[in-house]
Amino acid sequence: MQTSMKSNKRLSAGLTYAVLILGSVIMIFPFVWMVLTCFKTQAESMAIPPQILPSHWGIENFVTALQSLPFVNLYVNTGLLILFRVLCAVLFSSMAGYAFAKLNFPCKNLLFSVVLVQMMLPSQIFITPQYLMLAHMGLTNTIFALVFPGIVSAFGTFFLRQTYLGIPNEIAEAAYLDGCNKWQTFTKVMFPLTGSSMAALAIFTAVFAYSDLMWPLICNTDLNMMTLSAGLSTLNGQYSTNFPVLMAGSLLAMIPMVVLYLLFQKQFIQGIAMTGGK
Amino acid sequence: MQKTSKLSRDGAVWGLVMVAPTVIGLLVLNIWPFFQAIYMSFSKSLPFGEFEFEGIDNYVEMFSNAEFWKATWNTILFCILTVPVGIFLALLVAVMLNSKIRGRTTFRAIFFLPMVVAPAAVAMVWKWIFNTQYGIINTMLGQNIGWLTDSRFVLLTCAVVQIWSNIGYDAVLLLAGLQNVSATLYEAADLDGASKVRQFFSITLPMVSPTLFVVLIMRLMSSLKVFDLVYMMVDDANPALSDAQTLMSLFYRESFVAGDKGYASAIVVWTVLLIGIVTVIQFIGQKKWVNYEV
Repeated sequence: MQTSMKSNKRLSAGLTYAVLILGSVIMIFPFVWMVLTCFKTQAESMAIPPQILPSHWGIENFVTALQSLPFVNLYVNTGLLILFRVLCAVLFSSMAGYAFAKLNFPCKNLLFSVVLVQMMLPSQIFITPQYLMLAHMGLTNTIFALVFPGIVSAFGTFFLRQTYLGIPNEIAEAAYLDGCNKWQTFTKVMFPLTGSSMAALAIFTAVFAYSDLMWPLICNTDLNMMTLSAGLSTLNGQYSTNFPVLMAGSLLAMIPMVVLYLLFQKQFIQGIAMTGGK
Repeated sequence: MQKTSKLSRDGAVWGLVMVAPTVIGLLVLNIWPFFQAIYMSFSKSLPFGEFEFEGIDNYVEMFSNAEFWKATWNTILFCILTVPVGIFLALLVAVMLNSKIRGRTTFRAIFFLPMVVAPAAVAMVWKWIFNTQYGIINTMLGQNIGWLTDSRFVLLTCAVVQIWSNIGYDAVLLLAGLQNVSATLYEAADLDGASKVRQFFSITLPMVSPTLFVVLIMRLMSSLKVFDLVYMMVDDANPALSDAQTLMSLFYRESFVAGDKGYASAIVVWTVLLIGIVTVIQFIGQKKWVNYEV
């Protein structure tokens, strides 16, 4: 009885490992295949039966990819887009989140319902009017255009409001008795307490700003003002059959975020788990 | 007394000042555009971004257009193909990662990886893997299956990639839910001699159902508005384009390629209604299976 249970347990652990390892292989294989393809010549990539390893590890495909797309601009644009979106989301959402959680002011519920309504509507319904607004201002093909729809974040406001609701009122009252006004209470006492939530919101905002495709494609049509995602989609048409170059371009586009992820893996996963469900 | 009234007046001013950027931003960037989009859907688009009210013409045109119905069907089919299987696999991964095994964090990191890679890059790799002539899948199988060009397979192929992309994200959310389930419940069940399978259905599933519901709503919404993946994997020259065209790809084409923003707005309003209906059905249905008594 005892031994059969033990072997049963070992069997189920073995099965768990087998399934997880198989799953991991399926998750990683596309990336391995991408890296291997990057170094192959076009003929090698099309060999039948498939050639697994490249004959020599040359960087010609990366050179071609770098020549066909202004990668420096794409990196800078994507970096600035992420930077401004994150700064705006964290700053404005912290202020509004704190006010909605801890202060009393006229029309508070009505104003908060604006936040809730935005969260319930799919973002695509805003896109055409947002684009027309931008076009009227003559601001297409700018960094501002990329940041534009994400200047404020309803989700961030909602999320940080939850965080501030979890902080006891006594802390704010103590600060007030020590002579802080509302603004000082916020900046000096409450704001610093929400570090992990702000980090989660920052990661969430960065990941989604980086993956977004439709808005960058619409607002910036000049190749030099595109993001990595949008730039990559133009490469798609340029080299529809030269897969080694396409893979090299994709690898160049994904590397910064993947490196950040490998360095801050725990924060990434925790951040997404905290903001989960949006 | 005087102190409290000053305190609350102070709060009122600061409160309004602090919510002002967000509320003004949302009104300008979202609430006004929302009404504008609805107005546009009842209007004819003229050159230079002008609109002229014309009633329900766009909707009449849309509902009598076969391409539109095809896109609606493709979108619904895409949901059916991705959501149940995707959530099942994510739950499976989450349950396995929740057991006491070595290398949990490594496995978790691997499954989560696609989340930090832009869908544009993900689509590029899969397009290569599924390539008809030279893709590794067909060369290994010795077949010439048009995974992305055959009208029977194209949406299924996109669905596979979508599931692959989201499995880790969903598993991380579900794992957080699973970790809240108290270990004593399982110990008690073990003492009572309940099998692992029984424990899964009687303990795990009910306890994780609120998280499962959140994941379900999120996945339904994201599948109903899928764009990037399909746009990248199925280009304009693809013979199977019409079999993979979703509502959002149709919207993008009509609004920003063809430039008929009035008609495109009708498509987007329809999509929002569709998402709304599906969400309401889920919120009604949840009463039957989601357990909030923890």
